[in-house]
Amino acid sequence: MRIKGFEKHYYLMLQPGLLLLVLFSIVPMFGILIAFQDFNPGKGIFRSSFVGLEHFEYMFTLNDTADIFFNTISIAVMKIAGNLIVPLVFALMLHELRLMWMKRTIQTIVYLPHFLSWVILGGILLDIFAYRGPINQILASFGVEPILFFGKPGLFPFLVVGSDVWKEFGFNTIIYLAALTGINPNLYEAASMDGASRMRLLWHVTLPGIRTTVVLLAVLSLGNVLNAGFDQIFNLYNPLVYSTGDIIDTWVYRMGLLNLQYELATAVGLLKSVAGFALISLSYYLAYRYANYRIF
Amino acid sequence: MVRDKTIGSKVFDVVLVAVLIAVTVTCILPLWYTLALSLSSKSAAAAGEVWLWPIGFNFNAYKQLLGDSQFFVSFWISVQRVVLGGLLNFLIVALTAYPLSRSARQFRARNLFMWLFIFTMLFNGGMIPLYITVKEMHLLNSIWALVLVGAAQTVVFNIILTVNYFRNLPNELDEAALVDGAGPWYMLVKIYIPLAVPVLATVTLFSIVYHWNEFLYGLIFMTREKFYPLQTYIQQLLIILDPSAMTEDQYKRLSEMSNRTLNAAKIFIAMIPVLLVYPFLQRYFIHGITLGSVKG
Repeated sequence: MRIKGFEKHYYLMLQPGLLLLVLFSIVPMFGILIAFQDFNPGKGIFRSSFVGLEHFEYMFTLNDTADIFFNTISIAVMKIAGNLIVPLVFALMLHELRLMWMKRTIQTIVYLPHFLSWVILGGILLDIFAYRGPINQILASFGVEPILFFGKPGLFPFLVVGSDVWKEFGFNTIIYLAALTGINPNLYEAASMDGASRMRLLWHVTLPGIRTTVVLLAVLSLGNVLNAGFDQIFNLYNPLVYSTGDIIDTWVYRMGLLNLQYELATAVGLLKSVAGFALISLSYYLAYRYANYRIF
Repeated sequence: MVRDKTIGSKVFDVVLVAVLIAVTVTCILPLWYTLALSLSSKSAAAAGEVWLWPIGFNFNAYKQLLGDSQFFVSFWISVQRVVLGGLLNFLIVALTAYPLSRSARQFRARNLFMWLFIFTMLFNGGMIPLYITVKEMHLLNSIWALVLVGAAQTVVFNIILTVNYFRNLPNELDEAALVDGAGPWYMLVKIYIPLAVPVLATVTLFSIVYHWNEFLYGLIFMTREKFYPLQTYIQQLLIILDPSAMTEDQYKRLSEMSNRTLNAAKIFIAMIPVLLVYPFLQRYFIHGITLGSVKG
């Protein structure tokens, strides 16, 4: 029911949040005009002259463009697959564990890396995988020559995907575990009475029980196809691995803020934003349509 | 659950526990290694002798760290940022989530605002327009750039979590309060906020961890080192690379030149605040996150 006089208070309550988002989300959106301008920082966005699609045309003549889009999508897709499958397997294993204290301890520990920044974890990983770091010391004891891990373009994407899955698998397990506890215990009992082995229970009770969750997470992750993870790559990469490790976001940072090519960087960023927006909207629509998922 | 006591099942249990423990240990080992490295002698670290125990145990790295005044300046900037950012996030989330949790009948503009807020989460102008906006607002080198931009990037997700929590509270609550003549502010402050402590604690802790870990805005909005928050300061120490070009040998030499024990000490100190809030995070976030993400 609507109560007279309440609505104006609702509007009042919204003001601080609205102001924040208008100033720091909506206003910057007008900055995408730079992509269509000969931008002059002295004149600002509203007085610089427009040049149409010139920067977009130039963008498609650059070799970098195809590379960074390819790198972004390939790294992101591998991450999506890894971040769906590894936590699922881990959650199923935890679910089979009957020692409750151990289950809780393991959960407590595996969530931790999620909350550490990529500055910290990047620093640690670069040291562990350094030319004279512990990993190479171990390999040396097996007689393997030291490898410059983060300097090899062929290895870089896999190190990125592997370390991201390592950082996030514990946290991503939470949702699966929540779904697993939702399975009716009577189903396990009934199946066991009928003589089902543990493998059969897994196949016929557990997996069907969490199928919708898995499908839902897979659909929602569609929105991340262009997010290869700026923070991570920015803290791990170097010029030796630009060919396979440079992604849209890192390229935009270097081109825009280091080389001061504002217009080109904005144009590439805009392309990513628009495509990303379309992908997320599509994933939400599919999740709503087929899994009855709603954001709010 | 009915127990399966065959030998195969027991072997399975042993393998399961072993694999789970091995995976869990990988989450701790890198942090432990960093601590051991920070307590080792410089020569042992450079020779790559440190593995899981400090070699040539000493506190030199930490003593050296005490002489680095910028480390403490940056640490203090990060503390201020976390306090301001956490408070701002709490205020905006509580104020905004309440009106947005009303039904469209109680608050006619509700869906309009909800979609506007969500739009700012799904679409953005990109890095360059954001940089130019902040620059035009004369917020470069101001801590408010970090606090406000950080808040705008994260607040909508937190609002959605809280809105969903509010909407799951029983309707009778509202009705009873209305009969007693409660107004909207009274309902928010005396009824909804106290009931929403778990979710508000979750989103506040999320925002604290976010502000502590975030490094990119420090890098692009702060033009001088003395304004850097801690993660940005550490990032700049670890990444000493010329971003344009280099050879494998240069990369190897640069990574060998770095002071590994001192860097490890800095990384470890920067990790401590997150480790301190981690037990509180644990307590709340599992509840908060499963509630908001996948609803029945």
